[in-house]
Amino acid sequence: MNRHTVVRVAVGLAAALALGGCSDDDGAAEITLVAYDSFPESDTSLNDALAEFSAETGIGVELLIAGDTGTMLAKAALTAGNPEGDVMWGIDNTLLSRAIDDEIFDPYPDAAVGSLPAEFVALAGGAAVPVDYGDVCVNYDIGWFADAGLAVPTTLQQLAEPVYADLLVVENPATSSPGLAFLLATVDEFGADGWRDYWSDLATNGVQVVDGWTDAYYGSFSWAGGGDRPLVVSYGSSPPAEVIFADPPRTDAPTGVIESTCFRQIEFAGVLAGTDHPDEARRLVDYLVGETFQAELALNLFVYPANTEVALPAAFTEHAVVPDSARTLDPDVIAANRATWIDEWTTIVLG
Amino acid sequence: MDDDRPRLTIGLPRRQVALLAAGPAGALVVFYVWPFGSLIVEAIDATVIGDTLRRSATWRTAWFTFWQAVVSTLVTVLVGLAPAHVVARYRFRGRRALVGLLTAIFVLPTVVMGAAFLALLPASVDRTVWAVIGAHVVFNLAVVIRMVGAVWEHLPPDMEAAAATLGASRWRVVREVSLPLVRPAVTAAAAIVFLFTFTSFGVIRVLGAPGTRTIEVEVWRRATQLGDVGGAAVLSMLQLGFLVAVVGWSSRAQRRFSRAVDLRPAAPRRVARTGSERATVFAIAGVTAAIATAPLVALAVRSFSTPSGWSTAAWSDLGRSEVRPGIRLGIDPLAAVTNSIQTALWATAFAVVLGGLASLAIASAGRAGRVLDVGLMLPIGTSAVTIGFGMLIAFDTAPFDWRASWWLVPVGHALIAIPFVIRTTIGVLRSIDPMLGAAAATLGASPTRAWAAVVVPMLWRPLAVGAALAAAISLGEFGATSFLSRSGGATIPIAIERLLGRTGSLLQAQGYALATILAATTIVLVTAVDRVHDVVGIGTERS
Repeated sequence: MNRHTVVRVAVGLAAALALGGCSDDDGAAEITLVAYDSFPESDTSLNDALAEFSAETGIGVELLIAGDTGTMLAKAALTAGNPEGDVMWGIDNTLLSRAIDDEIFDPYPDAAVGSLPAEFVALAGGAAVPVDYGDVCVNYDIGWFADAGLAVPTTLQQLAEPVYADLLVVENPATSSPGLAFLLATVDEFGADGWRDYWSDLATNGVQVVDGWTDAYYGSFSWAGGGDRPLVVSYGSSPPAEVIFADPPRTDAPTGVIESTCFRQIEFAGVLAGTDHPDEARRLVDYLVGETFQAELALNLFVYPANTEVALPAAFTEHAVVPDSARTLDPDVIAANRATWIDEWTTIVLG
Repeated sequence: MDDDRPRLTIGLPRRQVALLAAGPAGALVVFYVWPFGSLIVEAIDATVIGDTLRRSATWRTAWFTFWQAVVSTLVTVLVGLAPAHVVARYRFRGRRALVGLLTAIFVLPTVVMGAAFLALLPASVDRTVWAVIGAHVVFNLAVVIRMVGAVWEHLPPDMEAAAATLGASRWRVVREVSLPLVRPAVTAAAAIVFLFTFTSFGVIRVLGAPGTRTIEVEVWRRATQLGDVGGAAVLSMLQLGFLVAVVGWSSRAQRRFSRAVDLRPAAPRRVARTGSERATVFAIAGVTAAIATAPLVALAVRSFSTPSGWSTAAWSDLGRSEVRPGIRLGIDPLAAVTNSIQTALWATAFAVVLGGLASLAIASAGRAGRVLDVGLMLPIGTSAVTIGFGMLIAFDTAPFDWRASWWLVPVGHALIAIPFVIRTTIGVLRSIDPMLGAAAATLGASPTRAWAAVVVPMLWRPLAVGAALAAAISLGEFGATSFLSRSGGATIPIAIERLLGRTGSLLQAQGYALATILAATTIVLVTAVDRVHDVVGIGTERS
C-alpha cells in the first residue's frame, strides 16, 4: 500500500459516507406503517390485503418493523412529533395510556367505528382505534391431567392449592407481556390488596417463573417442550395454533384453556402525530378496521378481529375459546400502577 | 509520545497516520458518538441520574454483572488455551472443521443455544448462575481459540524447539516460552470475552434465574418494558464507564506485555510426531469437538422431533409459502438466509476496511492511537437498545434521515465487529521486529515504502481471521438488529426467534431447522475464509 492508496481509501470512505446522506425521494403517495415484530413482513394474506389498499387508493404502504410492542412504544415516545412512520399498529391496552400520555397519536375520533365494540373504542378516547383482541390465559396439557387422574383447575384460587403444587409456570411480568397480563388478571380477581397474598401463596405452592413466553411454553410446559409443568400462562389462541401447526397434522387440540384466568389484550392502531401525510394515514386506519383487512387477522396474527361484522375462519373457532367475560382493567389504572405492581411482585415472588 | 515500549518504529509520517485514522474515527463519531450523545442529551437529567444511582437494585445488578463476567472470562481463557495451541501448531484431520464448529456456536442465537443447553444440562443446574457461566464459556471459546491461535501460529517454532532441545519438558516449553509470547493475544482475547460476558443479554434472559440480571438486561427492561429511557441511558453509561476502565487497563497491560519477536508470516503447522504428543493433540481436539458438537447435534435432532414423534415435515415444508391451506407464515427462511449473507458481506467489508485502517493507525500512533483503540471498543460495551434508540433521534432529519436505510444494519454489525479485526491484527503489528523496518530503510526505502514492504504482508492473515470473526458476528447478531427498525429483510436470527416465538410444533421444528442452516452457513463461510487465508498465507511466504 503506497501513499496514494492510503489517500484513495480515505477519499472512498468519505464519499461512501456522503452518499449515504442522499435520502429517498419521498413522493406524496407513500406512507409507512410501523408495526411490532410479530406482524408478517411479506407473503401472507395480510400483506396481500395491504397491497390491495395500495391498488385501490394509489397510496403505497411500506411496512416498518419496530421491535416488540414495548420497544415500539418507547421508540415512538422518543420521537413523538417526528415519527418514524405515519400509522402505528399494535399498541395494546396495557400500554395504551402511556402512548396517549406521550402524545404519540394524532387523534382520529371520526375513524370508521360503526362496527367496532363501543367499550373498546371508549378505551382510547379517540386517540386510536381498536383493531383486534385476544386473551392471555392459563393453558393446560390435556393428556397430562388425564394420565395423572387429576381434575383440571378451573379458577385462579385453585392454582394456589397444594394439590396443584409445582405444576404452573408463568412469565416474569417485568420482562414479558403475557406475564404482565396474568399479573393484571390476578389484580382484577383479588383486588388491589389481595393479589399480594395470592402471589405469596402461589410462590409457596412452587410456581416457576421464567423470563419470556418462548421459555415458558417451549422450555417448561409439559406438552410442547418436554418440561414438567402441565399449566402455563399462554394465549387463548394457543390451542387452535397447536392444531393448525401440528406436525404431523392432528384434528383435536392437545391443550386447553382455563377460561376464568383469561385477561383480555386489546390492540390499537392510530395515526402518528407529526406525520407528513395525515389524510393518507387516516385512509389507511379506516382500511385497517375495514372488513377486507380484518378478515385476515385471525389466521395471521392469531387474534380476533375487532370488527364485529367479520366472521372467524372455522379452523379458528373450533378450537379457540373466547371467554364470555374476559378480565380487563382500566388502562389508566394499569398505567398508574404497573411499575409499582411489578416491583412489589418481584419482591414477593422472587425475594 | 510515550516510548517506554518498542512502539512500531517502522513509522509512517504523521499526516498519513491521520489519514488512516480518519475513516474509522469518522465512522465512530457518526454512527456511535452522535446517536449515543443524542440519546443522553434527550433522555438524561439530574433527577434521572440521582434516582438510578440511589436505587439499591442498580448496585446489586452491577456487582452480579461484574463477578459473573470475571469468572466467565477466567474459565473461558483457561479452557481455551490448550485447543488454541493445538489448532495453531498442529495439522490434523478435521482441524478446520473444529474451528468452524466453534465459530458456529459463537454465532448461534441465544434462544437456540439456550434450548440446547437446557436439553443437555441436568435439571439441578438449569437456570442457575453456573448454567449461565457454562454457556458463556462454550459461546466464547471461539474468541480465545481464534485470537490466540492467530498469534501463536505466527510465533517462530524454533524458540520452542530450542527450549525442547535444551531438555525442557513440553509443559515447561509452553509455560516458559510460548505463553509469555502469546500473552498479549491472551489479554486481548480476555478483554473481548469480558466485554461480551459483561454485556451478556440473551444468555441471561434464557438461562438466568429472574433474580440474576446483567446491567444490559436491566437497560433493556427499563427502556422497553417500563418506558424509562432516561434510567436506561444512565445505566448504559454506568456500564460503559466501567468497561472503559477495564479496557483501558487491559490495553495498557497488552502494550506492556507485547514484545518484538521475529514473527514469520506463518509457521507451517506440523503433524504430531511422538505417541504421547499424538495422544495429547487427539485428546484436546476431541474434548473441544465434543463440547462444540453436542449443542449442534441437539439442534439438528430437535428439527426432527415433535411432541408426537419424529418427522421430516419441518425440512420439507421449509420455505414453502403456504404451510397449511390458506396459511402462510410471512417468514421466508430462504430470503432470511440471503439477507443474512448479504448483510454479513457488507458488514465484513466495512469492518475489515475500517478495522484494518484503524489497526495500522493505532500501531503507528502514540497516545492518540490508544484513544482510537478504546473508542472503537465502546460500541461492544454499549447496550444495543441505547444505540438503536439513539440512531432513531440522531438520524431523523434530512439529509441524515437514515432511520430505515438498508445499510444501517450492516453498519451496526460492523461497529461491533471492528474491535475484533483490530484485536486480531494489532497483536501481529505490534510484534513486528522494528529491525525489519530499519533494514528496509538502510536498503534505501522511503519510510512509506519501508512500512508498506514490512507491515502490509504481515496484515493479510490476521485480517482474514478478523474477517471470519466479523462475518460470524454479523451472521449471528441479534440484539442491535432487533432494536433497529427495519423494513423487510429479516436476518436468520430474527426469523428463528419469530418461528420459536409462536405456538405449534411445526413452527418450532422449522425454527430449529433454520438454526441448523445458520450453523451450517457459518461453518461453510468461516471455513472458506480460513482457506483463503491459508492460500494468501502461502502467497506471502513465497514473496
